[in-house]
Amino acid sequence: MAIAPAHTDLLAMYEQMLLIRVFETEAERQYKAARIGGYCHLSSGQEATCVGVVDAMQDDDLLVTGYRSHGFALARGTSPEAVMAELFGKRDGCAHGRGGSMHLLDTDRGYYGGWGIVGGQLPLATGLALALVRQGKRQAVACELGDGAVNMGAWHESLNLAALWRLPIVYVVVNNKYGMGTAVDRASAEPELHKRASAYRMHGEAIDGDDLEIVIDATSRLLDRAREERQPAVLEAITYRYRGHSVADAGLAYRTKDEITERQQHDPLLRTASRLREAGADTEELRAIDERVEERVQKAVEFATESPEPDVDALAWGMHSQGSDEQFARMRPGSPFGEAELVFDGGLGK
Amino acid sequence: MTDEQQPATTGSERMTYREALRLALREELRRDERVFVMGEEVGVFEGSYKVTAGLMAEFGADRIRDTPISEEGFVGAGVGAAMLGERPIVEIMTLNFLLVAMDQVINHAAKIGAMFGGEVRCPLVIRTPNGAGNQLTAQHSQSFDGWFAGTPGLKVVAPANPADAKGLLKAAIRDEDPVLVIENLPIYKEKGDVPLDPEFVTPIGLAAVAREGSDITIVSHSFATVRALHVAEKLAEEKGLNAEVVDLRSLRPLDMETVAKSVAKTNRAICVEEGWPSYGVTAELAARISKACFDDLDAPVERVGMAEVPLPYAKNLETVALPNEDRIAAAVLSVLG
Repeated sequence: MAIAPAHTDLLAMYEQMLLIRVFETEAERQYKAARIGGYCHLSSGQEATCVGVVDAMQDDDLLVTGYRSHGFALARGTSPEAVMAELFGKRDGCAHGRGGSMHLLDTDRGYYGGWGIVGGQLPLATGLALALVRQGKRQAVACELGDGAVNMGAWHESLNLAALWRLPIVYVVVNNKYGMGTAVDRASAEPELHKRASAYRMHGEAIDGDDLEIVIDATSRLLDRAREERQPAVLEAITYRYRGHSVADAGLAYRTKDEITERQQHDPLLRTASRLREAGADTEELRAIDERVEERVQKAVEFATESPEPDVDALAWGMHSQGSDEQFARMRPGSPFGEAELVFDGGLGK
Repeated sequence: MTDEQQPATTGSERMTYREALRLALREELRRDERVFVMGEEVGVFEGSYKVTAGLMAEFGADRIRDTPISEEGFVGAGVGAAMLGERPIVEIMTLNFLLVAMDQVINHAAKIGAMFGGEVRCPLVIRTPNGAGNQLTAQHSQSFDGWFAGTPGLKVVAPANPADAKGLLKAAIRDEDPVLVIENLPIYKEKGDVPLDPEFVTPIGLAAVAREGSDITIVSHSFATVRALHVAEKLAEEKGLNAEVVDLRSLRPLDMETVAKSVAKTNRAICVEEGWPSYGVTAELAARISKACFDDLDAPVERVGMAEVPLPYAKNLETVALPNEDRIAAAVLSVLG
């Protein structure tokens, strides 16, 4: 049974959910104003899953996600300033302008990345769990993937390794009904995705990913088992994305406006707000949160705008570890135009 | 272990390339608890090519970890473990099988340092043999060295003798970045003197002049260097020609200084590789030599590699398709006019 979080916890989580919604709305606006480039995948509608999964994690648990990562980063506590600056391609972004929307990270908070290749994060998240075991740590990995990723070979290989080696990892399948524009039942022969876990003698379950308390309860239980008993699991959180696959997709070629409207009747924010009212929160309290969140997101935009662009002399910054300059120093004769400047005069090992 | 059983740590010992790799693994496993080996058949079976023989008995099943046949899965597991500070050494049975894990190597391991702005590193080692010559046919006889060496974010080394097999593998394990160590099937049985000092490493990014000469420079790596050295000796004996052999040892970073210095002396160069030359290591070398040594060259840079066909099974066809010593010698003579 779900244990209702204390009123104040619920308020704080509601604020995180609202922060994600408002942040994503602003990100879409900034993208359309051409201040954000590349791909930009929004989490609007999936806030209960983002916040519920992350709030169930211990401080020292590890998080890995695919590319729909803004919501998870914000839920984990990465500042909206660092996320927005990353989207803007600025130096103060969480990946210093090298990653963009799909490659957020925050290792101080155990967030080992947003990854851009569908399913590619699964083997390496499994490896993080292997490292935890080798280091004798009582920690677990929460690894997010989308419903589209379950048909990648990497998913099967990862689940098999995790079960075979009893690794502390929970694979959280965020089933938002569509992999890009392909509905789950048009892509998966077994559309109840959590059932795939049974092929590896692994626990799998599906939950309402729009119910914050259910998400927290299930994730906590499975992460506890992962940590204490080294039992990996698959958690399928069923939710819905309001916007297109990315900002470039209107999101209407494969579903109807009516479907979206119908889903919005069960909006995770409305549901959490209504729980809060039942628990005694008043309108003033909720309005104060609204104002605070709006202000926070505007501050993030201001911060990202002000943050300097990355230094062009540091084009290769971070690519190799310290000491690599020396290894590459003898590569200069006959190198193609520009490479000498790139490799030898800037960036490496700084 | 008693004092009497402690291995020698000074001087050198004659051993095979395979044994030199094993020595490097054993030394590094002893030196650093974070080091562990994983791959198919590395433990109970003691390695498809016996490089890891005896290591499971000494270090246990946790540090010499057998995996299922899941290259994408366990290469990725190596990437993740490395991100958290472990020092995984992933063995891939042959380079051909690394192709099913390319997403983890190219899209993940190679990207981590730069794409995350230096916030996290990936000290992963992948070691795997390439090469041909045993009628293993089209799917098991390939050398894709250039693919990996052309990918920023990776380091690629390819030792040609037992001493460098030990030295470069140790350098790779101690490096903070992902390093691909390309071994070679026919070379595993080659013998040579190997320093026993556990601190002996071969620096990454430093080529070696494997044979000094004055008439022409043969640039090669891995088994092609073994072939080149044989050819150089034979040409000296039969034709009185004095070829210099530059063994690259590292492909990325590439030591062009040593190559250019040699070509400046000999004024002629041929580049040899086990793989297909089109778009390959020798293509890269030829372009760089042409630019760096334009004023030194007395003849166009020549290249020798595998014939550009999927390698056939029949022995006679395989033999002519490989960069065999006759083909290398003929190329040398053609460049010397």
